[in-house]
Amino acid sequence: MWETFGFEFVNFYLIPGLVLGCIYALGAIGITLTFSILRFANFAHGEVMMIGAYLTWTAMILSDSLFGSSLHPLLAAIPAVVIAIALFILVDRYFYKPFRAASTIRVVMASFGMMLVIRSFVQAVWGPNQLTFVPGIAKPNELVKNLTLSMDMMILVPNKHFWIIAGTLIIMLALSWLLTKTKIGKGMRAVSDSPELAKVSGIDVEVIVKATWCVGGFCAVAAGVFLAMDLQMLETTMGFRMLLPMFAAAILGGIGRPFGAVVGGLVIGLAEELSVYPWFGNGSLISPGYKTGVAFTIMVIMLVVRPSGLFKGRLF
Amino acid sequence: MSDLKALEIKDLHAGYGETEILKGINLSVKPAETVAIIGPNGAGKSTVVKSILGLLNVISGDILLNGKDIVGVAPDKAIKQGISYVPQTHNIFPNLTIIENLEMGAWTRSSGISERIDEMFQLFPDLKIKRNKVAGSLSGGQRQMVAMAKALMVDAKIMLLDEPTAGLSPKFQAQIFHTIKRINKNGVPILLVEQNAKQALEIADKGYVLVDGANKVEGSGQDLINDRNVARMFLGSK
Repeated sequence: MWETFGFEFVNFYLIPGLVLGCIYALGAIGITLTFSILRFANFAHGEVMMIGAYLTWTAMILSDSLFGSSLHPLLAAIPAVVIAIALFILVDRYFYKPFRAASTIRVVMASFGMMLVIRSFVQAVWGPNQLTFVPGIAKPNELVKNLTLSMDMMILVPNKHFWIIAGTLIIMLALSWLLTKTKIGKGMRAVSDSPELAKVSGIDVEVIVKATWCVGGFCAVAAGVFLAMDLQMLETTMGFRMLLPMFAAAILGGIGRPFGAVVGGLVIGLAEELSVYPWFGNGSLISPGYKTGVAFTIMVIMLVVRPSGLFKGRLF
Repeated sequence: MSDLKALEIKDLHAGYGETEILKGINLSVKPAETVAIIGPNGAGKSTVVKSILGLLNVISGDILLNGKDIVGVAPDKAIKQGISYVPQTHNIFPNLTIIENLEMGAWTRSSGISERIDEMFQLFPDLKIKRNKVAGSLSGGQRQMVAMAKALMVDAKIMLLDEPTAGLSPKFQAQIFHTIKRINKNGVPILLVEQNAKQALEIADKGYVLVDGANKVEGSGQDLINDRNVARMFLGSK
């Protein structure tokens, strides 16, 4: 059973699906929070993921030339997180805040413009070509391999995937603590529930907005770095390509539901990978070229059948 | 001290943008008083409350909280100065638990939050049992209790209630009026906007009848109930 079916399914479809799901989930958290707290679809979210990955790469290169050894991407991501959050807050202050009182479509357009600005900026600074993020072949984690071998299975999780899954789990736990145990996190949920009531409850909504960009920015950079670790390369459209599945994940989970976004991300990541598994006969179920269509299909079906998402999110 | 008012509104003109809805409102709430504002739909009852909170444009006039002018103060700052406000609708955070709702009401407080929560649970014992339930799962009457408890988490110098019994069953309406009276007995002055004019006037020390953005009649609650014109217009009797 394992030989004929499990090995291939788990190692080549399930684990990559989970990894992709983790990346979508992290990106979708930021999208769903911005959507519910600031009430707009932020098209520039993918670009912050992308610039976060570029900044991380730069920190790795810098540490290599200064100290002779390259930092692990997860450590190099720390300065990237700080810069990306600062970028998010500055962009909000000067490009989105002036539109706060206007109709939503204006700030959506502003975020669309910001998406192009950030991408062009990255192209101007780092160049339009692909860059190698981490060279070499990803070796499977020996520990997991030996452990599962003793159980008559052989699960091959490359170290990069191990880090992505573990990192996502840790971020989820931290986010859960933030949103349910801290004053600022509860305030974020309150503003997401009802910004009008939050205002007349004495909650300083602008503080909550900044906190939202911090959380969204952190998760976006994590998603960007994980994506770069997975692909082992960087390109300026990497964030934009994530945008549709991330929106699909946010909608699937329900707008304003960060944990819904996580479930949505995992479902869409898995659905994309499992849709090319040869369920019937030898050929893949759908051609890999249509993989990205899976997220779109799920999003459309969800919007038609249950627009509030799996976890009863907000409707606008 | 005797003429110090918890809240005093002098010749208030206010509205949305340039549209003037309030055309000269005068009213006052003394410490320990319950004051009811009644009047037909569109008379501007809720607008009075919204102007006190700084939610809309005050064109001219004064709003004094304990003698201090609060015109132009932003809503979150007004709350911090001790205005406890229960909106008519959307007055709870439905996806937060009861206790989290109370904590959000205490946003501007820096200390004494858990003591205050205990006080609220004494005032609303039903809420204590369900403290960890999300507020959206409660019945209409219980939601109103959460909304009132949440609003009282500030050190209230005055409590503003915008139609707290709208859409509730008669049983819950009576309960809400009873609770308002109890809150008032604890020393919180109350300004109440109500559709249920008769019940509101019954618990009120003073009432104002608003018509077309100005106060037409004022008097003690009992006097207004006995006033034939008021009775004909709002209390449903002939």
